[in-house]
Amino acid sequence: MAVDYTKYLRMDKMPLYWCPGCGDGIVLKCYLEAIDELGWSKDDCAMVSGIGCAARVTGYVDFHTLHTIHGRAIAVAVGIKMSHPDKHVFVFGGDGDLVHIGGNHLLHACRRNVDVTVVLINNWIYGMTGGQHSCTTPPGAKATTAPRGSFEPTIDVCKMAIGAGAGYVARGFAGDPTRLKKLIKEGLEYKGFSLIDVFSPCPINFGRRNKLGDPAKLLEHMKSFLVSSAKAKRMSEEELKGKFITGVLHKDTEKPELTEAYKSIVEKAQASDEYWAKYVKGTLSESDKNKITREELKKLYPYDVETPLKQWKKL
Amino acid sequence: MGRIAFLNANAAVAEAALVAGLGFYAGYPITPSSEVPERLSKIMPEKGLPFMMMEDEIASINACVGASASGVKAMTCTSGPGFSLKQEALGMACMFEVPLVVVDVMRGGPSTGLPTRPSQQDIMQARWGTHGDHPIIAVAPCNAQEAVFETIRAFNLAEKFRQPVVLLTDGSLSHLHTKIYIPDPDEVEIVDRAQPEVDPENYYPYDYNYEVPPLAKWWTEDGKSYRYHLSSLIHDKTGFPTVYPKYAQWLLERMHNKILNHRDEILKYEYYKMDDAETCIVAFGSTAEAARVAIDQAREEGIKVGMFRPLTIWPSPEEQIRDIASKVKQFIVAEMNLGQYKLEVERIVGGRAPVYGVSQAAGVLIRPSQIYDKIKDPSKRVEIGLTEEELKRFGGGE
Repeated sequence: MAVDYTKYLRMDKMPLYWCPGCGDGIVLKCYLEAIDELGWSKDDCAMVSGIGCAARVTGYVDFHTLHTIHGRAIAVAVGIKMSHPDKHVFVFGGDGDLVHIGGNHLLHACRRNVDVTVVLINNWIYGMTGGQHSCTTPPGAKATTAPRGSFEPTIDVCKMAIGAGAGYVARGFAGDPTRLKKLIKEGLEYKGFSLIDVFSPCPINFGRRNKLGDPAKLLEHMKSFLVSSAKAKRMSEEELKGKFITGVLHKDTEKPELTEAYKSIVEKAQASDEYWAKYVKGTLSESDKNKITREELKKLYPYDVETPLKQWKKL
Repeated sequence: MGRIAFLNANAAVAEAALVAGLGFYAGYPITPSSEVPERLSKIMPEKGLPFMMMEDEIASINACVGASASGVKAMTCTSGPGFSLKQEALGMACMFEVPLVVVDVMRGGPSTGLPTRPSQQDIMQARWGTHGDHPIIAVAPCNAQEAVFETIRAFNLAEKFRQPVVLLTDGSLSHLHTKIYIPDPDEVEIVDRAQPEVDPENYYPYDYNYEVPPLAKWWTEDGKSYRYHLSSLIHDKTGFPTVYPKYAQWLLERMHNKILNHRDEILKYEYYKMDDAETCIVAFGSTAEAARVAIDQAREEGIKVGMFRPLTIWPSPEEQIRDIASKVKQFIVAEMNLGQYKLEVERIVGGRAPVYGVSQAAGVLIRPSQIYDKIKDPSKRVEIGLTEEELKRFGGGE
C-alpha cells in the first residue's frame, strides 16, 4: 500500500532544500515509511537535529521539532526523553554533526541506552559548509580542506557504538531503500538506544572532487565498501579490512533502557519515603519491613537510618 | 508553612528550585557548585522528577534546553570554566526564547584559575559570554536566604519573559552555612509560562501580536499536542528560518525590548543608608555584606556613605545609578574582579562623578576594612586585606 507522505510532511516547506542526487531524501522517505508502518501518531513524536544538510529534516517533518546547534542534538533529545518517557524521540544528523563534533554525546547516549532513535546520514563529508573533510572521509579522498587527499584514518561509527554499549546498531545504504526501511523500523521499535548509520551519497560536495559527480557512479563507489552481514560471516578478517558491514550489527534485548532504569530508582526512593512516613507514625507492619531491608536503606541514605523522618528531612 | 533549615547557598538554591517548580535538572560536577546536584540527586527521585548527570557541561545545558522547550522548568548549575562551555547553548536558549535557569557559582579565573576560591569574575561573561546580540537577565543574591528567594525569582522571570536567567553566587557564599527559611510553594509567587489561547492549528511560537509570545507545552495536561518548530536560526513568527532583513531586525529588537521595556518588573535593588550619602558604594553578592559593615563603621565617624546594591545585575539599573550620580560626590565599586561592573557604572555615570574601585581578584573575600580604607581615601590603592600571619596559611608565595 502506498504511503501518504504528505501526512507526515510540512508541505508548505517544499521543495526540499537538498541538491540533486543527494541521499537525504531517500533516507527520509524510508524513515517515514517505517513510522507509517508502525502507525505512530505524529502528535507523540519529537525530532531533534543539529546543524548540517541532514539536520534540515526537522524543518520538513510535521512533529514536535527542534533545530538546535551543531553537534548537540543527542544531548537535547536526552533531555526531552527523560522529561517525557512515554513519547518517541528521534535524532537526524550527519557524520560531521553527530560523530565528529558531537561524538561525545553519541558515545554516552549509547552507554546509557536511552530510548532515542538516531538516523545518522553518513555522506563522508561536511556538505553544507562546502565539502570539508570529516572523520568519515576515506583516506586519500579529496575535499576542499584536503586538496591532496585526506591523510586521516576514518572511524567505524557502528563499531564505536557497539563498544560504547548501544542496544541496537545497524548500517544501511541509501542505495538499498527497501532494506534501509526495515533497519530503521527495527530501530524505532527497539526499546533503548538505536543507531542506524546510513551510507548516503553527496555527489555535489564529495563526488565532484573525486571524479564521482554522477550520483549513480557515487552509489556504486560507496557500495564497493559495503558487505552484507551474511556475506561478511564467510569472509576472513583480511578480506574485511576497509569494508563496512551492513545489516543489523548488534541488538541487545537484555540491557535496561535509561528511563526504565530511572523509574526503578524513583520507585525505590518513593517507597523508602513511604517507609519513613509509617515509621514516624509507628504504623509500620511486618510486610512493610520486608519491603525494604534495613541494609538497603543504609545504602540509600548514608545517614543514621534510625533517625526519624521528621528530623532528617529538615536537615 | 515552610521550614527552617541550616544550609549553605548551594543547597539553598537546590531547595528553592524545587519550590519554584523545577521539573528537570541536568548538570556536570564542578567545584564549587557540586552540592546543588548532590542535593537534587537525593530529592528529585523522591518527587519522581528526572535528574541527570551528563557527559559534559555542554550536554547538560543542551538537555535542559530540550526539556524546557518541551514544557518543563529546567535548571543547570556550574562554575566559571563550565559556564564558558555552556555559552553556545545559552545563546540557543536566548534564540529559542525558552525559559532556563543557569546557576553560576563564580570561582577565580581565568581558565582553571582558583577552583576553591570565591570571585565575581563572571559578571561580563554572564552578559556577553555567548556570541551575537542577545538579551540576558542575571541576578546576584548576597546571602543564602536571599539565594532562596532569588532562585525562585529567577525561575519566575525565566518563565514570564521566555528568557534564560543566570543566577550568580560565589565560592564563599555557596559554602557558608546559615539558618534559612524555605517557603512552601503556596507562600510565594510562582509564575508558569503563559499558554496559548488558540488551538494548535493557529498557534505560532513567535506570534507578532505579543511582546512575549506564549510558549506552548508540547503535550498539555488536557491532552492537546502543540506541534511546532523552533530553530536556532533567525526565524519568523512560525519558528522557521528566514533571511528577510526586516524579520531579522524585528526579532532581535523584540528580544531586547521584552527585557528592556520591563525593567520595572525585572530590576531589584537595595538602597542602604543612601538618603544623605555623599559617597555611594556599589556592591553585590557577598561583597555587599562586607560593604555594609564598612559603611556602618564609617557612619559612626560621621562619614556620609551609603550603598546601592543591585540584585539584578543585568539588565543594569541605569536609571537608578544615573539618579544617584546627580546626588553623590563619588562612587566606589567594590567587586571581586579587576573592575568589570565598574565599567558599567562608569558608562552610566558618564563622567558626572568619579568612579573608584575596590577591585580584588585574589581569590579571597573583600574585607570591610578594605572598603573602609577606600572610603577614607578613594585615591589610594587598596592592598589585599590579609595579615602576614593569615597569608602564611595559604602556603607558597615567596
